[in-house]
Amino acid sequence: MKSPVRLERRLTQPKSLNWLVPVLSVVGALVIGAIVLMLTGKNPISTYHRILTTAFTSFDSLEGTLRSATPLAFTGLCAAITFRSGIINIGGEGQFFMGAVGASLAGIAMGGQPKTIIIIGMILTGMVFGGGYAAIAGGLKAKFNTNEIIITLMMNYIAGIILDYLIFDSNSYWRDPKSFGFPSGKPIVDAARWPIFHLGMDIPFGFVLAIGVGAVLWFMYSRTRFGFEMGVISDAPAAARYVGIRTRWKIVVVMGLAGAVAGIGGASDVGNFRHILDAKGLQLAGYGYTGIVVAALARYNPFGAIFVAVLIGGLTNAGYALQGPDFPSGLVGTLQGLILFTAVAGEVLTRYRIRRAGHEAMAVTA
Amino acid sequence: MNHNLFVIMAASAIFYGTPLFFAALGELFAERSGVLNLGVEGMMLIGGVTASWTSQHLSGTSWFVVLVSILVGAGSAGLVALLHAFLAVTLRVNQTVAGLAITIFAGGLGLSSYFASVWGVAARPATHPIRILNVGGFADAPIVGPILFHQTILTYFSWVLVVVSTIYLFRTRIGLQLRAVGESPQTADAMGINVVKYRYIHTVIGGLLAGIGGTYYSLTVIPTWVDGMTKGAGWIAIALVIFGFWRPDLTLVGAYLFGAFQSLSLILKARNVHINGDILNAMPFGMTIIILVVVSGGWAKRRLGAPASLGVPYEREER
Repeated sequence: MKSPVRLERRLTQPKSLNWLVPVLSVVGALVIGAIVLMLTGKNPISTYHRILTTAFTSFDSLEGTLRSATPLAFTGLCAAITFRSGIINIGGEGQFFMGAVGASLAGIAMGGQPKTIIIIGMILTGMVFGGGYAAIAGGLKAKFNTNEIIITLMMNYIAGIILDYLIFDSNSYWRDPKSFGFPSGKPIVDAARWPIFHLGMDIPFGFVLAIGVGAVLWFMYSRTRFGFEMGVISDAPAAARYVGIRTRWKIVVVMGLAGAVAGIGGASDVGNFRHILDAKGLQLAGYGYTGIVVAALARYNPFGAIFVAVLIGGLTNAGYALQGPDFPSGLVGTLQGLILFTAVAGEVLTRYRIRRAGHEAMAVTA
Repeated sequence: MNHNLFVIMAASAIFYGTPLFFAALGELFAERSGVLNLGVEGMMLIGGVTASWTSQHLSGTSWFVVLVSILVGAGSAGLVALLHAFLAVTLRVNQTVAGLAITIFAGGLGLSSYFASVWGVAARPATHPIRILNVGGFADAPIVGPILFHQTILTYFSWVLVVVSTIYLFRTRIGLQLRAVGESPQTADAMGINVVKYRYIHTVIGGLLAGIGGTYYSLTVIPTWVDGMTKGAGWIAIALVIFGFWRPDLTLVGAYLFGAFQSLSLILKARNVHINGDILNAMPFGMTIIILVVVSGGWAKRRLGAPASLGVPYEREER
């Protein structure tokens, strides 16, 4: 079977690809999305125009977009850290849930403390719950060499079941005893609500925190020995072992770190937005999986992840706002999936040069 | 006698296990060829929604409509699988991310829901559901009646499939070559086996079977379309392949076991036995983690574990 084109491995990666590939990915996804819209009798131009105006063109719409972007920034960073280290953690979903469980516990139990202390407490418990949950998967990989993809996947479902148990099927500390008809979470104390900054538009504290976390991660990966060693483990695991890098321990640490970041996301969901442990809402949102779209499109760069989170958050926000008879449900997910397709397909451009098959001889001598 | 708890449980374990088995068998074929496809959930939902639409719009005798609906469901999921094969085999991208992309793109918040809303599928029930049969009039026979003779045509088809696929995998030359492709594509390539072709074909077969699993949900379990109605069955199917050690017969056993967990809490609730359903729901996932730990080391990995090249793109050595 002779293919008309062949892929040839690149020896160096031009810097321009860092932004060119994501831009082309989004454009490509929008074009394919437009074809889907046209095939099903919708007008792509007006649909896209409505998404754009609903998501980005006014302070009001940007507020909603930042709200949707905050959880995605955390899950995006969570996925980015691990993927960059060669560990495929798709457990951001469950780690986010567990962070929300921890933070809502702190937000209810720490009533009476000063606001700053409560918020720090929520962030820390979120990190411990999310990080601890992820470290289980990391530990299993380090100890038994189990496949972290499947383990984290299964743990996402288990985390969802834990949420159901805490809110719907038990009289747990998290459940509001006053909710008789339809069980819901117990509200956190007023002082535990995270601030929202008013700078012309409302900026949630969680979003600012995400930028801070992104900066710390960027520093860690590009300026510290730990980040360097992680890069070696990812690119050349055998070499890493020979020079004495403790690879097993690092797997647990990276997983724990990623889970802690997702856990802060869960804490921000409770502290900044919902103010309860919302078992149903969290499971419907799919933040963890969308976070992988964010990380892939950002090419696992921490700052890129924040930026992309705003972009995808805008899409999500528009999806919520526009949902109705002439805006089909499922369109947002379809577009997100298409963006992920084109982002991974675009990754090929960074690794390979595409050549026409006839030029093979040239390629060999080059 | 047929209202005895054991009989009801066995019958519903098979009833709920059947779609899991179809999807898991499909994933098994893809994984045996070395392609990990995490898009099962998305493929099932696409299969389910297109089958549901077909059943609503086609006129004809019932069995004909049902047959065409199943084929449409399988075919459309097969097309989605073809997309995965293109990304995973031709473009050699990260298969995990590509598979997730499939599920996000096609899944409960994606294209399947989009189609359902554009075509108005959810508005009405499937006009031709896949009915539970009374095979040979034995449905009321004691004990075996409800378990073996009171299922849908797809269950009987799955029993044929488990035999055929076991023979195919372990007793035919093509099956041997397929396993070679999954274990060591380099060796297979050197033997003159077309690695790309094997991977494409078996990934698409995986999609066809996942589509049938999805059809089972939208035309049998609840014969009305609900967005995301498979509720994670696609992920359970991926777990089942591990649970069944990549063998069709054990996968069938696992599917029935997981099917029993799914139905047990409903059955017990109907009998006023209150047991916490969450623990039952968590069982398939927890058991898969345990099995995965067991098969990840030493002897078990070599004898029972995943195909050695699972998830690894094959690239011919460049000269």
